[in-house]
Amino acid sequence: MNADRARTSQMITLEMDGLQALLDALAKRGYRVVGPKLRDQAIVYDDIASVRDLPAGWTDEQEGGRYRVTRRSDDALFGYAVGPHSWKRFLYPPIQQLWRARHKGSAVSVTPEPMPSERFAFFGVRACELHAIEIQDRVFMNGEMADPHYKARRANAFIVAVNCGTAGGTCFCVSMNTGPGVKQGFDIALTELVEGGAHRFVVEAGSDKGREVLAALPQRAAKPEETKAADAVVAKTASSMGRTMKADDVREVLMRNLDNPRWDDVAERCMTCGNCTMVCPTCFCMTVEDASDLEGLETSRSRRWDSCFTMDHSYVHGGSVRASSKARYRQWLTHKLATWVDQFGTSGCVGCGRCITWCPVGIDITEEVSAIRNSESR
Amino acid sequence: MADKKKPRLAVWKFASCDGCQLSLLDCEDELLAVAGAIDIAYFPEATRGEISGRYDVSLVEGSVTNAHDAERIKEVRKRSNVLITIGACATAGGIQALKNFADVKEYIPVVYAHPEYIHTLATSTPISDHVKVDFELRGCPISKKQLVELVSAFVAGRKPVTPPHSVCIDCKLRGNVCVMVAHGAPCIGPVTHTGCDALCPSFNRGCFGCFGPKETPNTKALSGQLAELGMDSKAIKRIYSTFNVNAEAFREESKRHG
Repeated sequence: MNADRARTSQMITLEMDGLQALLDALAKRGYRVVGPKLRDQAIVYDDIASVRDLPAGWTDEQEGGRYRVTRRSDDALFGYAVGPHSWKRFLYPPIQQLWRARHKGSAVSVTPEPMPSERFAFFGVRACELHAIEIQDRVFMNGEMADPHYKARRANAFIVAVNCGTAGGTCFCVSMNTGPGVKQGFDIALTELVEGGAHRFVVEAGSDKGREVLAALPQRAAKPEETKAADAVVAKTASSMGRTMKADDVREVLMRNLDNPRWDDVAERCMTCGNCTMVCPTCFCMTVEDASDLEGLETSRSRRWDSCFTMDHSYVHGGSVRASSKARYRQWLTHKLATWVDQFGTSGCVGCGRCITWCPVGIDITEEVSAIRNSESR
Repeated sequence: MADKKKPRLAVWKFASCDGCQLSLLDCEDELLAVAGAIDIAYFPEATRGEISGRYDVSLVEGSVTNAHDAERIKEVRKRSNVLITIGACATAGGIQALKNFADVKEYIPVVYAHPEYIHTLATSTPISDHVKVDFELRGCPISKKQLVELVSAFVAGRKPVTPPHSVCIDCKLRGNVCVMVAHGAPCIGPVTHTGCDALCPSFNRGCFGCFGPKETPNTKALSGQLAELGMDSKAIKRIYSTFNVNAEAFREESKRHG
């Protein structure tokens, strides 16, 4: 009760001008502000400068292999679930130059790619996406495999999170315990309230950086009924998930079913196109490519997103160790939901549903897991 | 590099439209560097060099559609240390391989005023059906960028970076919105070999499969989805029956649809 009251006292309410002031404040502090935008009939993440850039009044309908943007009956700015992009493409860009080397006589000089100086402000980060960022942090921020470019971008990033007001048809964050309400890992969190002609945002700070930015915005303290309404938004979203997946024992279920016939079944449908891994906000596999110029004077190395669905990804001397589609799909699913836990201490899945929606043939991770699970009780 | 002997290159044409060879001339910015790195010893499209001696590398464009070419490619192979085929004709038989599915004798009199001058085989076949090929560069036409990469890699003695994965991966690298999932557009990118930088989907068009089948293509699964999107069997057959119709995966899938 006391904790609730303390939280309420810290909540503020922004009107539309306050939201614009927030965007302006971030830009003024030198951030490159990236947020949702309607483009090519989808809500993608792109540079934004104004609240007018946001997809007001748009939502998305999502099913396996199907995504459509449609109009809402209101002007909500964040009234959609998640689109084809994730923040991965900014923190961990698809192609990253690593170094260049140049011949000078018999000497070779190597120039590492400088650290990125770009400071991102991510505007409209969902709870599942905060978890995805936290999962990639575990991969890239520490240890032997730390990625200096990721670290630099991550350390400089400012995160404006949004509590989800709409669950997509392929969402299952409740099952994965990753949403739809944001709990941590943000600088500022918004809950959008659109009701009876009023359009407001209940806002809280999650860091000193966030508090500092909020302090200068036109605002007022949130009324108790507003914070209550904000909580109701999250509760309503939580109760309308498009998908579910029993996740507590999924690791064990999968690991004792490595020879389940369901893998053959899914391999019939899987095109090994790699879309699921590209849209997944946690998939981080990459390959390294070398280039050399025609004169033989300059060479360079870059890394590029790869996928466990390509043959090259598991190529060792003599061929790919996962030559069949079955082996590649099984590798992806068991890594994502089972061996990821062994490797990084969390699941690799945040229940965002992108792999379901953006699979061109609509293969559904939740359906595959339950088919394997159900085969045990037969 | 300057003190090294430059590798001798030949460019050969078989049944084709010349578009892939022209990609070499189209390398405007890189052409001087290409000419600096290699000795273009035989390239009728661009120079008057004679066929003489051996070539370190031969780029072969076009398919084999007549008896003379079936012999000539053997001669090219003999003269070449490394033989690289460029483009859909040379790697799969090209659009002209549509004749493999028809009776040539029947339509020659319909097309030509003097059928007696036409000496053609019943089929259009890729170079690899006739001689050993060391490397195949896909595309209709090939990508200029990949051609420069191929020559650069050859000069450096390394493997060229021309991944065999789907067009989808390149769409995602570019941040394209999937035209199939978000627009319901027919697209054969999920079974198509990349190399074009996902050109058509970047302009909101479905992929036409210019680079032929990717590694481990599951055309059957894709066709099921194309049918869901409203394509009838005839349309599905046609989408696979273009520049790479004679590439195994596309050929077999087109046959499944009538």
